[in-house]
Amino acid sequence: MSELTSNPGLAHHFEDLEQQHESMTLGMWAFLITEVMFFGGLFTLYAIYRWQYPDAFSESSNKLSVLQGAGNTVVLIGSSLTMALSIWRAQHGDMRGTVRYLVATLLLGSVFLVVKGFEYSHKFHDHLVPGAHFDVSQFLMPETQAHGALFFSLYFAMTGMHALHMVIGMVALLILIKRVRRGRYSAENYSALELMGLYWHFVDIVWIFLFPLLYLIGRTWTPA
Amino acid sequence: MSHNISSLGYYLRVFATLLILTAATVGAAFIDFGAFSTPIAMTIAMTKGLLVVLFFMHVWHSKKLTWLFAAAGFLWLVILIGMTFGDIVSRGWQGQPAL
Repeated sequence: MSELTSNPGLAHHFEDLEQQHESMTLGMWAFLITEVMFFGGLFTLYAIYRWQYPDAFSESSNKLSVLQGAGNTVVLIGSSLTMALSIWRAQHGDMRGTVRYLVATLLLGSVFLVVKGFEYSHKFHDHLVPGAHFDVSQFLMPETQAHGALFFSLYFAMTGMHALHMVIGMVALLILIKRVRRGRYSAENYSALELMGLYWHFVDIVWIFLFPLLYLIGRTWTPA
Repeated sequence: MSHNISSLGYYLRVFATLLILTAATVGAAFIDFGAFSTPIAMTIAMTKGLLVVLFFMHVWHSKKLTWLFAAAGFLWLVILIGMTFGDIVSRGWQGQPAL
């Protein structure tokens, strides 16, 4: 017992690292369930409005770039791979490898946000941001323009909340990288990395659903 | 801690499958499947999400309690979307004003 509690990574209220790891993992999953419900509300709104205004949603969706959306999907899946590999290296006690893969994850996250930034600025330029300068008269009839505004409002709300989660994840990654370099974790105690991974993969999953729902609808759509 | 340690190839195979499914969903979007387009896209997305949950998030090698937590999140999501969307869609079926 005294030998176990002497581990600096073990909090005193846990029996051992195994129990601590399990509790931390379940706590993270409980938090992720609340996150699922948070994004679930947005997906519900999307489902209802798309069901009501399918044509305006299809036409508006065609204004998004499939190439940028698909490219970012690949980037984000790649970042999930490097995140998983950073834990894989930690399990082998190779903390230098862990840092390398965490930095790669951070870089891929930055690439995603830069592409997203270019997409957003294009939308501002093309008057596709709901607000005073919103103008979809080029492709929507006057009576359906408000429905196009709904699509773009949802586009910015959903991708914006997703991007905010990316930014928070990247700040967490930075802190984690610093701690790994200071030697806080080892092959016996890497639970913090596991939690980081759970969060990062969750954000990846949200994008896996956002991409087809926002970018890929109505690609074969033709006016009735 | 005595955790299951997977190989590099294991993670690369999951990654490759995710890339193939991404290509599949883009390809399918440009084929006219009519009313089946969205179900096809969602089936591919669910498959991708499941791969990430089971293998990247290590649920596959986790204890039953972790499986339960992951499943609970999905169950509550189904209730949230299913019941709300079901209500909207079924308006007007039995004489109530349609939305």
